[in-house]
Amino acid sequence: MGESPKLNLRSPLGRVLGLGSAKDGTAHWWAQRVSAVALIPLTLWFVLSLLWLPSLDYATVRAWLSVPLSGFLAMLLVAVLAYHSYLGTTVVIEDYVHPAGMKLLSLLLLRFLYVLVGGVSIFAILRIAIGS
Amino acid sequence: MPARARPTSPHLEIYRWHIGSALSILHRLTGIALALGLLALCYWLVSLAGGEQSYAAAAKLLAGPAGLVLLIGWTFSFSYHLLNGVRHLFWDVGYGFERTERRASGWFAVLGSIALTLCVWGLIWASRLS
Repeated sequence: MGESPKLNLRSPLGRVLGLGSAKDGTAHWWAQRVSAVALIPLTLWFVLSLLWLPSLDYATVRAWLSVPLSGFLAMLLVAVLAYHSYLGTTVVIEDYVHPAGMKLLSLLLLRFLYVLVGGVSIFAILRIAIGS
Repeated sequence: MPARARPTSPHLEIYRWHIGSALSILHRLTGIALALGLLALCYWLVSLAGGEQSYAAAAKLLAGPAGLVLLIGWTFSFSYHLLNGVRHLFWDVGYGFERTERRASGWFAVLGSIALTLCVWGLIWASRLS
């Protein structure tokens, strides 16, 4: 494909992987789109459910989230939301934080924070589901 | 240094705003706002799991003046990020690239998200009155 057979500095492995200079090809872009599509029904379900509830007091919300289907969808929502948000804020940091050390540190902290927030949220939903 | 001042690019201070770039920036800003909203969602879920007292404390905080401003802001951010996100997904599969289509879908995202925000908070307002 237009590459001179005499002057090719790319290794055969690099050519086969086809990931280019960013080292991860379109994986990040694709994951962002897939999670975005999944979030359309999940977020709409969540917002409409809350609006549909007769009241947002403790007993009503707790009873709603104790229904297995609601708890399951809420867990999916939190997981996909955290993933999609992680992908997006990662790009923001990569775009604006330039010193290599600061970039690495903030990306590391961001990843830890998202795993923490996702884990804590899912654990809270599980506690509501099993009523502890 | 050259004797004549040559044009440099981009001139950020005198750059004319276009709906395309403005909406792209707004998409990123609302995404960042929604990332902070995820923290609030997490706090709300933990308070709900913690029992009646912790839920009441969280509800009081969220229903306060600052909480309401944040919630309305997150409603708009969510609506806009959703509509403009769908706009991006249409571009990704190859539709809507014409100049008029880009402008129309952009304005649809802006006006639609304002309308959705008003609808949601109108519904909440109406249910409080009844």
